[in-house]
This record gives sequence, C-alpha cells and structure tokens, in this order.
Amino acid sequence: MAAADATVARPRETPSARILGFITRTPVHLGLIVIAIIWLVPTVGLAVTSFRPRGEIQSSSWWSSLTHPDFTLENYTDVLNRGNMDSAFVNSLIITIPATLLPLTVAALAAYGFSWIPFPFRDTIFLVVVALMIVPVQMALVPLLTLFRELGIANGFGGIWLAHTAFGLPLGIFLLRNFFITLPRDLIEAARVDGASNLRIFLKVVIPLSVPALAAYGIFQFLWVWNDLLMAFIFIQNGDLLPMTVRINQLQSTYGGEWHLLSAGAFLLMIVPLLVFFALQRYFVQGLLAGSVK
Amino acid sequence: MSSTAVPGPVGRPRGRRLSSVFRRQGVQAFLFISPAILLLAVLIVYPMVRTSIYSFANLNSRLEVTRWIGFDNYTRLFTKDKSFLNLDEFPPSGALVNNVKWMILYTSLSLLLGLLIAVLAARVRYESLMKAIVFVPMAIAATAVAIIWKFVYEPDPNLGSLNAFTTMLGADPIAWYGRADTVNYALIFAYVWASTGFAMVVLSAALKGISEEVIEAARTDGANEWDIFRRIQLPLLSLPIAVVTVWLLVNVIKVFDLIYVMTGGGPGGASEVIAVTMVDEFGNGEGGYSAAIAVVMLLLIIPIMVFNIRRFRSERVTG
Repeated sequence: MAAADATVARPRETPSARILGFITRTPVHLGLIVIAIIWLVPTVGLAVTSFRPRGEIQSSSWWSSLTHPDFTLENYTDVLNRGNMDSAFVNSLIITIPATLLPLTVAALAAYGFSWIPFPFRDTIFLVVVALMIVPVQMALVPLLTLFRELGIANGFGGIWLAHTAFGLPLGIFLLRNFFITLPRDLIEAARVDGASNLRIFLKVVIPLSVPALAAYGIFQFLWVWNDLLMAFIFIQNGDLLPMTVRINQLQSTYGGEWHLLSAGAFLLMIVPLLVFFALQRYFVQGLLAGSVK
Repeated sequence: MSSTAVPGPVGRPRGRRLSSVFRRQGVQAFLFISPAILLLAVLIVYPMVRTSIYSFANLNSRLEVTRWIGFDNYTRLFTKDKSFLNLDEFPPSGALVNNVKWMILYTSLSLLLGLLIAVLAARVRYESLMKAIVFVPMAIAATAVAIIWKFVYEPDPNLGSLNAFTTMLGADPIAWYGRADTVNYALIFAYVWASTGFAMVVLSAALKGISEEVIEAARTDGANEWDIFRRIQLPLLSLPIAVVTVWLLVNVIKVFDLIYVMTGGGPGGASEVIAVTMVDEFGNGEGGYSAAIAVVMLLLIIPIMVFNIRRFRSERVTG
C-alpha cells in the first residue's frame, strides 16, 4: 500500500506539542489497535493452527501454543497426500495461467480497437461490452455447460478457460481502454504518418507504454480465477482436474472437524495469491482505483 | 466512461481517398475487436438469451427442454417455494429475504468500517501498515475466508477465538454458524471482514485527493476534527461512496463461495441466498427452475447499474 500514500511532510513539532498530539490521538490509536486485532486474529489463529500437531489442536488453544511452541509441518504433508492437494495445486495453475493470459491478450486487442481505430457505433458497442460486467455467472451456467458438452470440451480444461476468459473480458476491456486513451495522441499519429500499421503501433507503442495497466488487470484476473469456486465447481466435470478451491470444499465436507487438514489446506490455497499480492500490490491497488472510479 | 477526453474518430484522414482509408480502418478495427466480440457473444450473450428462454420451461437431466410451462417457474419461486420466499410468518424468511439482509448489513458495515479506517489511519504514522492489514483479505479466496471464520466461530472455546473471548467475559459458548438466528450475521461479518479493504482503499485515495490546505485553513479557523470530517471530507466523498456502494450491492447479490463453503445454506436453509439456491436447484436437476432464479438475480442487479450509470452521467454534466 505504501506506494499509494504520499505522506505529507510535517514541520518539526516541539516536545510539548508532540505529547499533546499523542494524548489527543490516544482514542485513534486504541480504535486502530482494536481494528488491527479483529483483522489479524482470524488469519493468525488459523496459520498457527496449521503448524500444530493434530492432538494438540484438539486439547489446547492456538494462543496457548504461542508460549509453548511445538510446531510441525506434518499437517501440510498430510493434506498434500490425503486431500490430493498436490495435484489440485497443479490443476489450479493449469486453469489460472491460460485463463489469465488469454483474456489479457484478447482484451488488449479490443481495447486498442475501441480507443485508437475509428469505426461506426464504436462507443455504443463499447458501452454494451462494459455493461456485460454485471452479468452473474449463474445467468450463463446451464447453456454454457450444454455448449461445452456439444463441443466435447466439458471433460478437460477447455470449458473453464473459455468461461473465465469471457467473464473477465468486460472488466479488462474497460480498464485497458481507459488507460489506452490517455496515451499521447501525437505519438500514435506520428507512428501512423511513418506508415506503421495498427498492429505495429499496438505492439511497439501501446503495449510497452501500458505495462502498469496490463499488470493491474493481469493480477485481478489471476486472483479472480485462482480464487474462484463456482465456475470450477460447475465446469470441471472430471474429478482428477479439480482445482484447490473445490478440493478444499470437499475436504471440509468430508473432514469437517479435522482442523489440522483444513487449516493447512486453506493456507496452501492462500500462498499463491498472497505472494502475488505482496509482490505486485502497487499495481493491484492502482487497478482497483482505476476500475472503481468509473 | 472516463472523465478525460474521449477521442472521437481518431485522426480523421484528410484528402481524396478519405472513404477508402476509413473503410480500411473499419476492417482493421474489426480484426482487433472481433475476438472479444465473438467470445462475449457466444459465451455470455447467447447463454443469457438461452437461460431466459429456459426459465419458461422444464429441462431434463441432459438439459433438454421437455415442456414449456410459461411463468410457472416464477410463480413457484415467489409463491410456493418457502425456502426462497416465505411471507407466511413474521419476520419473513427465505433466500430472497436473506439477500435483503445481506444488502443492508453487509453494504453499510463494509462502507462504514472502510470509511472509519481510512479516516483514522490517515492520522497516524503507521497508516500503510494499518491499511495493508485490512486490505490483505481482499486477495484471499472466499473459500479460505470461509475456513478462517469457521475456525473463529467454532463452538469449542478451546478452538474458536470468538467463543474464547465471550466465555472469558462470562457468556456461554455459541455455535455461531450452527444456529438459525445467528448464522446470517456470522456469515455477513466474515464477508465484511473480507471486503472492508476495498471500501477503505477507494475512500482513502479519495481522502488524499482533498487539499491539505483546505483542511489546515479550517483547523486554523477553529474547526475541530469532527467538523472537518462532517463539513469538508464527507461531502467531497459522496461520489466515491456511491461507487463503493454500487460495487458492494452488486457483489452481495452474487455472493456464493463463502456461504457455500461455510454452511451450504444451512442449518435447515437458514442461510440460503439466491446464488446458492440457484446452484442447488441446478444440482437437483431443476434446469428450468434454476434458470428462473438466475433471471431474478440479473433483474435485481440491473436497476442498481442503471442507477449508477444515470448518476454518473448527471455527475459529469454538473461536475
């Protein structure tokens, strides 16, 4: 988040002013501490639990283990083997990577068309595309499943790649088009005068200048697909191809109270999004702000 | 959609071969946008039309229409299906009523907490740490959020943090997600926890946009912190607040993963919502009936978006 806040430099304060400031801000600090506790305890509690031996989880609380540490990685090896979580992890990657790159490419092409090539009814068509952003997946679920069966892709990854691509496109086209139109017109005009084709302008001028927007949308789509349960649940008919979200839900309904498995499974599911988030949070926040302020 | 200048027809070509150049551009535009248009048409628009048509039919397990039944699916949904809408008792219950509960509580709580944290955090040095803590759950799968909060709500005070806290204060442990009277609030709060970061980031960015000088000037004129918030910051936040509200409302009508994993709509259907009902009915082989539920979902979302676009347009004219 650091990149998003420009801290305003404050003039140096005298010690008494600082003490006064601290006292008047005490309720603010207390409020923030309570909020921080509410936001941290649930995740930390489960994280600690995921490293505790199975017997200990049932017999003593997770916070008591902070003073008597007895941690193990056994839960993780257990959930990887028993819950088929290793293959589910690979499946999640196989689903997510193409379902991110495909909409990214298609949305970038379309966004270029909508921003830099004139054609009839351009703004109307763009509005219709953006309006599709609100369509709930449920609205397409039954016919899509029929379609994928007719195409013979219901048993592989083809269906889910296509479904995620289509449902990710409206946001992608919207975000990228809004970024592309802010590029300097002179640059694109100059390339045109030099005889560059649209494809060349797109590849050599627009794409290199739009890395932040492409990254923002790419992260969104990646997190969205990785975290999705509903589409995977419906469109993946083959039990061997299920991603982590669906597997963890199954684990949860089979071993409801087995917290050593559930906690480790949940953290395996969270690792990739958290890595992506911490590595690229600047783009993530920018994309969020660009997408919400419409 | 952006407030910056929308480029009109780009670089209108001058000279004699104007029309042919324009036509060539049109062909090129088609090449650029056709993959997207094709995918959207085949995978969203066409299925939407088919779902709407299916909602007037009975489907068999192979998802083929067996009988056309007019509005029967809809009348069944609103008058006969007590798990969807039950007006016989007071207060009314059912998935639709739960969605209304969600819309009111989830939206207002996420918004208020997001605003509160944005305003408070702006006054301390550890602002970015604070915001990161609240924002991280945005990146986590709702499936994981469900597991995290199920653990918080565990009835055994040795496991569940919430019951450990309440029993420490002398209360009896409660099965928060296992009781019909608490399950919806337990779920709603878990989702508020996951979504507040979004409201906070957007509102915090808007707060930063308010000139520091204006606030300092008010302070010198003797305005207290509450006056500054109420008279300066809040009015300037009305647009981002509206944007966040719309996003939260649309999100709440689609809420599925969290409830599906944490309670599956239980106990006894007490936490059903429209999106979960739709998938359940589909799973029960009720293709046509579930299509009607999907149409109701879409019909609930459309007015929110229409309102958003209208408000946005008027904002652009006056602003």
